[in-house]
Amino acid sequence: MESVFDIIGPIMIGPSSSHTAGALKLASMARSILGETPNKVRVHLYGSFAKTYRGHGSDRAIAAGFLGFNTEDERIPNAIDIATEMGVEIEFLPSNISVDHPNTLEFEMTGKSGLKIVVQGISIGGGNIVVKKIDNYEVNLTGNYETLITCHKDHPGIIAKITQIISSKNINIAYMYVSRLEKGKDAMMTIETDDYITPDIYSALLKSPDLNFVKIIHKT
Amino acid sequence: MTSFSTISELVSMAEENCSSISEIVLSCEAQKMQNSRKEIIEAMNQRLTVMKKSIEKGRKNYSYSVSKMVGMNAAKFDNFMNKNSILGKIVEKAICYALSVSEVNACMGLVVACPTAGSCGILPGAVLSVSEEMNVPDEKIVLSLFTAAGIGMVIGKNATLSGAVGGCQAECGSASAMAAAAVLELLGGTPSQIGHAVALALKNYLGLVCDPVAGLVEVPCVKRNAFAAVHALVAAELALAGIESVIPPDEVILASYEIGRLMPKSLKETSEAGLATTSTGRKVESMINNL
Repeated sequence: MESVFDIIGPIMIGPSSSHTAGALKLASMARSILGETPNKVRVHLYGSFAKTYRGHGSDRAIAAGFLGFNTEDERIPNAIDIATEMGVEIEFLPSNISVDHPNTLEFEMTGKSGLKIVVQGISIGGGNIVVKKIDNYEVNLTGNYETLITCHKDHPGIIAKITQIISSKNINIAYMYVSRLEKGKDAMMTIETDDYITPDIYSALLKSPDLNFVKIIHKT
Repeated sequence: MTSFSTISELVSMAEENCSSISEIVLSCEAQKMQNSRKEIIEAMNQRLTVMKKSIEKGRKNYSYSVSKMVGMNAAKFDNFMNKNSILGKIVEKAICYALSVSEVNACMGLVVACPTAGSCGILPGAVLSVSEEMNVPDEKIVLSLFTAAGIGMVIGKNATLSGAVGGCQAECGSASAMAAAAVLELLGGTPSQIGHAVALALKNYLGLVCDPVAGLVEVPCVKRNAFAAVHALVAAELALAGIESVIPPDEVILASYEIGRLMPKSLKETSEAGLATTSTGRKVESMINNL
């Protein structure tokens, strides 16, 4: 809760800030991480999402998020039909598996390019969200900042190289988080910044042979 | 850098600067987000406009939610209130407006979550009823929303605003405390009185469970918004009369968090107990699952 507008806001289509607006925001973050509108999404609903998603319109809100609608879009109630018309196939799979947070969603996405990414996140109330996992990497993203996500080879000097490129553009890092599945293999880093992440940073990072995934998510 | 993480800090910052809580919240926001005062006020004004629109839409609403549990009551009350109500004008309007906004929300219409969508009728109900009857200009109403936001930020930081984590005390309880603070600022209450109004409002909602029928933000939520808006007015008036809470607001907030953690999961938005599992609640649930 950093801003007054986390409390008096969002302006949103009802009925639930955590189950409608929060679900939309999680889907929309997942879409940004994928970097394109998905062709196909398998949505795993956990905890209270599994029980109440239909009545809260979480399914329509999730579809709206994948279509790039914002929380105040009056098309949300019809988003599932719109998604179908646009060829976005979404499957909703409520699960009984117990999870740490009562409002957890997981999206298995396949993009039009064939790219597959799994994103897991939680809706923490008032329309605020946290992305907790990208594929199997632990992350901690709120979407409240300019965000850079990289996947890199886990060896010395990479992190310094990435942050050096960022600092050379006079961009201040607010939060950063590194995680890996195994020593010496691939690692994921997420960086949240106070300043706009310019497109030249993206191109500079893409040139590095040690990075196999670079994504910038702009603050909305 | 000025910032606050407790109600007592907020109150003392306002007192030390001979200022109001809304001004402290506004200047902290401007500093933290590096936006101009004008931009921030404009963004809040936009939210006030949406609140007013949902009131107008809701009181004329003659439709129902998908489950059919919610609808028409705001319009029903709107027709009733001028002629028959035993309550005063402000209380009548608070009920009508809170019901209106909440019904719009349940019918997938546009609202401002404050702090959540389930509790979105309480702040506009309390603040706009008072403002209308006392001819408060919009500029002052907008400022009072910053006071409400500041209170919500502290509760969110030190406890929770999520029904799934803390039960309904976290949603309607917090909203009512926020609304009490906003109303009291409109009525010229001191920062310290505002602190007491927050404590009084939240204290009276401690332990409130979240047991919605069929898991929907409908029953008991919509009507509870009407009660909670009036509840906020009571807290504001008690504090304005100089009545103090024995337990200070920050301690009440911590107590609410503790109570939320102790509350069984079945009563925190999972619809596994309480109203949700009454025989009627079950019937509605199976009806909705078969839609």
